[in-house]
Amino acid sequence: MYGGGYIYDDSGRSRQQEEQLQDDPVKLAAFEARIAGGEKIEPGDWMPAEYRRQLIRLIEQHAHSEIIGALPEGTWITRAPGFKRKLALIAKVQDEIGHGQLLYNAAETLGKSREAMINDLLSGKSKYSNVFNYPAETWADVTVIGFLIDAAAIVNQVANAKGSYGPYCRALERICYEESFHLKQGHDAFIELATGTPAQKAMLQDALNRWWQPIMHFFGPPDKVSAHSEKLMQWKVKMASNDDMRNQFLEAYVPKIWELGLTLPDPLLKKNADTGKWEFSDPDWDLFFEVIKGNGPCNKERLNVRKWAEEHGRWIRKALMREEERERTALPVA
Amino acid sequence: MQLEQALPELLIKIADDELIIGHRNSEWTGLGPVMEEDIAFSSMAQDKIGHAWALYRILQEHFNGSDPDQFAFMREAADFKCCHLTEMPISSYDFSLMRHFLFDHAETVRYQSFSQSSFTPLQQLAAKIKGELKYHTLHADAWILQLCTAGAESRGRMQQALDNCFQLAGGIFEPGEAETLLIDEKVYPGEAALYQQWLNNISPVIEKAGLTIPAMTAPVYGGRKGQHTEHLQQLLNEMGEVFRLDPEATW
Repeated sequence: MYGGGYIYDDSGRSRQQEEQLQDDPVKLAAFEARIAGGEKIEPGDWMPAEYRRQLIRLIEQHAHSEIIGALPEGTWITRAPGFKRKLALIAKVQDEIGHGQLLYNAAETLGKSREAMINDLLSGKSKYSNVFNYPAETWADVTVIGFLIDAAAIVNQVANAKGSYGPYCRALERICYEESFHLKQGHDAFIELATGTPAQKAMLQDALNRWWQPIMHFFGPPDKVSAHSEKLMQWKVKMASNDDMRNQFLEAYVPKIWELGLTLPDPLLKKNADTGKWEFSDPDWDLFFEVIKGNGPCNKERLNVRKWAEEHGRWIRKALMREEERERTALPVA
Repeated sequence: MQLEQALPELLIKIADDELIIGHRNSEWTGLGPVMEEDIAFSSMAQDKIGHAWALYRILQEHFNGSDPDQFAFMREAADFKCCHLTEMPISSYDFSLMRHFLFDHAETVRYQSFSQSSFTPLQQLAAKIKGELKYHTLHADAWILQLCTAGAESRGRMQQALDNCFQLAGGIFEPGEAETLLIDEKVYPGEAALYQQWLNNISPVIEKAGLTIPAMTAPVYGGRKGQHTEHLQQLLNEMGEVFRLDPEATW
């Protein structure tokens, strides 16, 4: 899915500026000219240290979001109602893991190994999209995630696919292609409930009410408070501002939700006819940062599942690595 | 017993095996030891569940059976005919891998025989499924060999998994009541013949891996008669949790 618009960074501006000063100004100017000219940067090319650092963090967080994002929906694979939904959901979650794999590969081209990235995820050093720290309580939640959160992710990923780093763009092109199928299956399951029995409609409305704030959080804080976006946009690491992406999402999907007779839990939500922009109540940004810090409803649960997988899989990964011992082990004659 | 009863008995047990092991395999999505294995188990889960769906549709079309969703999501454990091997929880990867190895080799032998069945719908389905199963057994064989030749710990684990799974796997071949009729009518060659072929196929891989096949002293039977472990009802409760909220609704 699911790179949110927000790239978490705890290192502050001072370090960024310090590293920036170390870059050769001639090389930096040539680099920036290439990007301005629409060229892609490839793994062997010269790049500023800060560009590399920001890209690793962006792609790594995106990769983590895919494999953690598989979990809230993954818990519903065993409960999906009927063959069609069961098969579609397995295939969809499987795709998300596959996206994680593609993205870890893309990040590895910048010099950080998959193992190091997974370790940073498990230690809490590296983040993933906040939206997955909320529980999927009912089947309707699965349809809201599959429709609206995949839709939000597509807005962000289509923008990022036009960025400057070649391996990330190529991964995103394939991901966006698959995501458009996810959106279709999510939309289909969402419509089924919206047009279903009164109990199904009520289930969907309840899910929508609970997920609306996390969805509004998804693109990150408003541009006026979002730190150091300017350089990242010049380098085409970040391709659209948080506010623009949020507005694009609201423009495309709020009318679709309203058309189905559903409501959204924000009395101020409306399109301003003069500006053409959507207006809404400010979601609780303190809560957003609390969840990033690890205090959301499911942060611990999500990481514990990943830790289980890492711990229980360790002997297997070890066995895969022990080429040398394999050669020395005398095999019985078959 | 007439062929009209004997054929559904065969189809139901095979379909139930596939649905339940597919459901179990799908539980690895998100939990695999490496992402590539997550993806592999998810793929196999989709294939198995898809096979079950196809078999339930044959039952519906040719034997006046129920709607496949109703049939799969509404029955209780006593009405299921899967073998015990399929219903066991996923446990750890070594168990799941060994189960996958033993089960998919059995499936391969079974569908090879079905591809010559006198019952045309089954023969046609088998021709398609055979191709998919080739990749399932390739996957299982490669991983068994890889893990069994990477040192004492992983080989020890795989031997333990084989010991734990082998009698259960014997239950795949529990004889059916109307088997003689199915053999006479050339629907398939019967469980004893499939068992022998299965043993011939798995033995070279197991030997190459340096594992020892335990004696098949007491195959775990009962599943084909609707006798199950407590794990199956738990699985079915979970599988039907949403569907049973309103079985008349569409989801």
